[in-house]
Amino acid sequence: MPQTIPIEHGLMLAGILFCLGLIGVLTRRNIVFVLMSLEVMLNASGLAFIVAASRWGHADGQIMFLMILTLAAAEVAVGLGLIIQMYRRFHTTDINVLSQMKG
Amino acid sequence: MIILFYLAAAIAIISTVCMVLQNNIVHGLIYLILSLLAVAIVFFLLGAPFAAVLEAIVYAGAIMVLFLFVMMMLNMGQHSVDQERSWMGGRVFIAPAIMSGLLLAQFLNVLRDYEFELVPTEIGVMQVSSLLFGPYVLAVELASILLLAGLVSAYHLAKK
Repeated sequence: MPQTIPIEHGLMLAGILFCLGLIGVLTRRNIVFVLMSLEVMLNASGLAFIVAASRWGHADGQIMFLMILTLAAAEVAVGLGLIIQMYRRFHTTDINVLSQMKG
Repeated sequence: MIILFYLAAAIAIISTVCMVLQNNIVHGLIYLILSLLAVAIVFFLLGAPFAAVLEAIVYAGAIMVLFLFVMMMLNMGQHSVDQERSWMGGRVFIAPAIMSGLLLAQFLNVLRDYEFELVPTEIGVMQVSSLLFGPYVLAVELASILLLAGLVSAYHLAKK
């Protein structure tokens, strides 16, 4: 049994997670689930960076992961603020309600 | 070690599928936390202990708890679960699943003739932080400004 992890399996895991997040973004109508699926997609891209960093033995990929982490944190803070405001105005988290923008 | 990798990968994929198919938001969040922790184990096995710890603390800890707090604040209850159930049907998933499946098939096809054995070399905190405060110090400053902007806008948006 090989003791090393094949790199393509790590990248496959990242791709599968990314596609699952994409399916979530495309199918869900609840904006909270859309935001959660976006988190999954960001996390999958971070995983790809970590796999690449491990392949080349450099720390640069981990730095990119840290940047993605920061971006995800800021995005979630703004997104949840928007969700709270939306729930106050429309009393729903259905994104179809927002399809008509009036001022 | 390789068995642990496949185990963690399977847990990550299964819990993400459960999250996408879930009707209850809080249950979906718990599945997402499970998926993130499994990915943290994968990070650890790939020789990135600092990223693994940050994934567990920041992603599974801070960001998901933020989600949970907001869900508790909105207090949507059983009504939203029933609404979700009425929105979710098998039909909804067909077109997006086909498109994403095609994308994934292309990606896997590209990866097929790409064979490298990965020998995980552990890249510790010291190497990462010496890069972080060396050549990447501008990126760190920009990240702090991004977080400040996120803080201010979240405060402004969530205000009554």
